[in-house]
Amino acid sequence: MNIWDWEFAWRIMPLLLDAVVITVYATVLGFAFAAVFGLVLALMRRSHRPWISLPTVAFVEFVRSTPLLVQIYFLYFVLPEFGVLMPAIVAGILGLGLHFSTYCSEVYRAGLDGVPRGQWEAAVSLNMSRYRTYRDIVIPQAIPPVVPALGNYLVGMIKETPLLSSIAVVEVMQQAKIIGSETFRYIEPITLVGAFFLVVSLVAMMGIRRTEAWLRQKVLGSH
Amino acid sequence: MLKTIENSAAVTQAADQNQSTPPMVRFDKVTKRFGDLVVLNALDLDVAPNERVAIIGPSGSGKSTLLRLLMTLETPNEGVIYVEGEPLNMMPRNGKLVPADERHIRRVRQRIGMVFQHFHLFPHMSALGNVIEAPIHVLGLSRQEAVTRGEELLEMVGLVDKRDQRPSQLSGGQQQRVAIARSLAMRPDIMLFDEVTSALDPELVGEVLSTIRRIGEEHNITMLIVTHEMGFAKEFADRVCFFDEGKICEQGPAKELLTNPQNPRTQRFLQAVLG
Amino acid sequence: MDLLRFLPLMLEGAWVTAQITALALLLALVMGFTAALMRLSRYRLLRGVATVYVEVFRGTSALVQLFWMFYVLPHFGVNIDPFMVGWVALGLNIGAYGAEVIRGAIQAVPKGQYEATIAVNMTRWQAMYRVIIPQAIPNMIPPWGNLSIELLKATSLVSLITIADLTFRARQLNDRTFETVEIFTLVLLMYLAMALVITAGMRLLEHYTSRGLGRGGI
Repeated sequence: MNIWDWEFAWRIMPLLLDAVVITVYATVLGFAFAAVFGLVLALMRRSHRPWISLPTVAFVEFVRSTPLLVQIYFLYFVLPEFGVLMPAIVAGILGLGLHFSTYCSEVYRAGLDGVPRGQWEAAVSLNMSRYRTYRDIVIPQAIPPVVPALGNYLVGMIKETPLLSSIAVVEVMQQAKIIGSETFRYIEPITLVGAFFLVVSLVAMMGIRRTEAWLRQKVLGSH
Repeated sequence: MLKTIENSAAVTQAADQNQSTPPMVRFDKVTKRFGDLVVLNALDLDVAPNERVAIIGPSGSGKSTLLRLLMTLETPNEGVIYVEGEPLNMMPRNGKLVPADERHIRRVRQRIGMVFQHFHLFPHMSALGNVIEAPIHVLGLSRQEAVTRGEELLEMVGLVDKRDQRPSQLSGGQQQRVAIARSLAMRPDIMLFDEVTSALDPELVGEVLSTIRRIGEEHNITMLIVTHEMGFAKEFADRVCFFDEGKICEQGPAKELLTNPQNPRTQRFLQAVLG
Repeated sequence: MDLLRFLPLMLEGAWVTAQITALALLLALVMGFTAALMRLSRYRLLRGVATVYVEVFRGTSALVQLFWMFYVLPHFGVNIDPFMVGWVALGLNIGAYGAEVIRGAIQAVPKGQYEATIAVNMTRWQAMYRVIIPQAIPNMIPPWGNLSIELLKATSLVSLITIADLTFRARQLNDRTFETVEIFTLVLLMYLAMALVITAGMRLLEHYTSRGLGRGGI
């Protein structure tokens, strides 16, 4: 038996590519959720009302300190106990989204803290409400500088999607395992999956570096 | 110290000849502390409608804090600030004054505008965008009305041709003039100028000061001006207050106080500043 | 209370989790330092090898790496027991991230310090371990603290290659009983407790090392 069978690798490619669609789908939806909910968490954490900010801090720290895999199990096995039934893929996307929303919230927090105090004071001098100040003044300035950091977590999330295989979502890792168990050849499918993630991360990292350079140039160019 | 307080009361009464109209701004025994540091010490100050008060004094004397308290950027530890007879930092409830809530503050604050030392323009908006933002979203003007008003004001400060430029493309003096237009667009009754020329290169100071002069000619606005420009204070202000160690040390008509100060501390300060 | 019935098995699982975390962390430190120093080397070959290691292990998913070693290595006739696959795979993965942390901290040491070592005619190696690395360590500790938490969380993946860690026990108990809510809540809290222990340990370490540096600096 030869070590690497090109012909076999070629044959399983369409199967794997079909599963890549699920991986990408879960990442896109999961990250959309994380990006939006992360901002909500960051804003709640900055609330002047301790009954909003303190539970938010506790939630963020708790979710960040415990494994995503167990959180996915929690959503998948525990929520049905309370009558919330959902397909595995939904539990998986929700798990990814919740977990990464806590990371995103820290990124947004840094962005929000980076907006100078004077911007707030100018908004007060124009008698703008807190909501309006966040919406028109602070958030538009807080987000562009943190886009690269969010990008890093997007790459981080796609690499965590194989965890969905643990609740039988047929994303690319699960597909590779299925192929392996049916053909008794694991090397090609798992290596191809690894290569897929490697290519995606390297390309994404290049994109992030470009964005960073562009942002830096935009800032420098403005002076 | 006692003499100073009497002195200020006398000036207050003089400025407040018509007893039936309340002063536009009144500080009533206002104290502000940062930790152990007393920045304003039981300060009393009345400003009449349309009066122009220049506030001078060494750094750390509490003059910027005075403006920041009036703009509600800081909250007093003690005392009450009134805007035309209406409490600003407090509000009446069941016949007593209690700390004001956000709603009350926003209602009273509506009449006050402020121009900052470092401009604080919104960097992600054009010059016109800066000027129309609050009229649209705070005053509820239509976009069309706000743009008309904004263009008029940019015209007045001489920057209508820069309407689409971002703040970063403007000089410091131009940025400050946009900031003045932005503040005026809210049609305030009271305008606060906090060392508005201190961050500018010397050759840009003049354009900003002449803009303020022009507002003085064209609008009826009460002005509180913290400044180091003694020449400007002398010819523009009605009254000058000299601040030292959280108190008004001496005050009086601008020309009089700046040419013939009575208090030795004022004399020393003016000597040091004017050289 | 039923929870008491679960506890012995869970504690057994937690002990396995703790062992894997500790072993993987040691391997990650070794790999991290080695790869970081190689990436700062003058020799292109060393730099190239280290870069490939870092990029491959950061670029492919931790679970893919774990499965690769679990399913593919036996194919080459390499039979290691799953426990070892677990900590080796995670150690290599975290080590790749750690290498970048260490490299960053070393590069953050002011240039004047390198120049001073040349002025007193130290070798590059002496400069590194007598002057540069001691100063870089305090900067490394907070990010290594974060990596340790990431590692602790990643150890849950070993449950998918038959190792009876805390997560594995949770699934096992969940399949046997119907106390789903209690089991998973308890497991999450146990992970949280372990994370808090790591955080506290890192704080102590940070305090200790930066104090040492301050004393040396005087």
